[in-house]
Amino acid sequence: MEERRVLGITPSQTVGPYFSMRLPWPDGPYVVPEGTPGAITIVGRMYDGAGNIIPDGLVETWQAGPDGRFAHPDDPRGATAGGYHGFRGFGRCPTAPDGSYRIVTLKPGPLPTPDGSIEAPHLDVSVFARGLLDRVVTRMYFPDEQTANAVDPVLCSISEPARRATLIAAPEPEGELRFDIWLQGERETVFFDV
Amino acid sequence: MTTEVSTTSFTSTGGLVLPSYERPEGVHPPLDFTGYRSTALRHPKRPLVLLPHRLTEVTGPLLGADLITATDADLTTQHGGEPQGQRIIVAGRVLDSDGRPVPDTLIEIWQTNAAGRYRHSREHHPAPLDPNFGGIGRAITDSAGRYRFITIQPGAYPWGNHYNAWRPAHIHFSLFGRAFTQRLVTQMYFPGDPLLPLDPIFNSVPDEKARQRLVAGFDMDLTQPEWALGYTWDIVLRGRTATIFE
Repeated sequence: MEERRVLGITPSQTVGPYFSMRLPWPDGPYVVPEGTPGAITIVGRMYDGAGNIIPDGLVETWQAGPDGRFAHPDDPRGATAGGYHGFRGFGRCPTAPDGSYRIVTLKPGPLPTPDGSIEAPHLDVSVFARGLLDRVVTRMYFPDEQTANAVDPVLCSISEPARRATLIAAPEPEGELRFDIWLQGERETVFFDV
Repeated sequence: MTTEVSTTSFTSTGGLVLPSYERPEGVHPPLDFTGYRSTALRHPKRPLVLLPHRLTEVTGPLLGADLITATDADLTTQHGGEPQGQRIIVAGRVLDSDGRPVPDTLIEIWQTNAAGRYRHSREHHPAPLDPNFGGIGRAITDSAGRYRFITIQPGAYPWGNHYNAWRPAHIHFSLFGRAFTQRLVTQMYFPGDPLLPLDPIFNSVPDEKARQRLVAGFDMDLTQPEWALGYTWDIVLRGRTATIFE
């Protein structure tokens, strides 16, 4: 449906290789300070279609708090009242020379939706890199939420069940959660039109 | 079936009322663009899956005030002395496609110095670094969505994508907007640059009108006598959609 708009949108351009001059913040990977009770650590690597690691990518995460609420005026249930000290919902980490990134955060709660279904706990993930003319968007889900994941409306909308697995983090022996991002190839991560 | 376009921008079913954002077609570059070599192994080949806008997508980080310091928006005063090059003012507004200002949103920028050299460890272009220019800035839009940077006219530089490839002078911009859906990373170019028609990244934007929205305007009103040239550049983020009830 054609809608009347006053202004045309500004197009995206690649983040290029030199974003690391500006975009990384010292505390970017810390959605909560390290050592916060209940903190979880997400680790992963970014890969291209030939299986090479991507050392010049950027991962950003956005998520609800453990209570399933957002510190934002457009959360119609009311913004989180700051019950989680230092939690800002947003994480940002450039990939290292070995393609790895790391985010320290709290596990989000499940979310209600307008149609009455419940979204399983998840993080929205933006991926930027040289060679990406626009960001690509994916989601990370949790391996210990099998029941909630099975009825999550977004996971269920992915027609090939085998591909849903690309969005579910894997538990590591040390307790971290592994979420690798494959931009292309046999193991290509599911990306969304947001 | 009755179709009705509401006058407000909200969807309401099941009690939870959420805004939704437009999905522009033909504005952003394709992820697979042969003219820009690095896209070859880095673009997803599977079709993107439609993600409806729910709570995580219609909210987003509201960052800024605590990140910004007084000198962040003036790239010419961040070091010991005056940087080399042409001093410029880059200013404009951040709006959504309905023309509404986007206030209190963080803008981050990075660029080369006047000689076309980034201050970055992986940059090997044999052009001089400027000890008085770091090439990074931040600003927060005001209540009318306005921003303003003082900086140095960046230079063109070679980038190896193809024989004799030169990037036109540009400034990288990163914006959050109000919602996850509005996040934008882009580049601002300068009017009349002869490299623009030759640049695969600029020309990856398929629509000519959309492409021209990446080019700032020279602005004599913003230009300050005896001091700096002015360039105006407005940035337009996705607007909220009218809701279709079926």
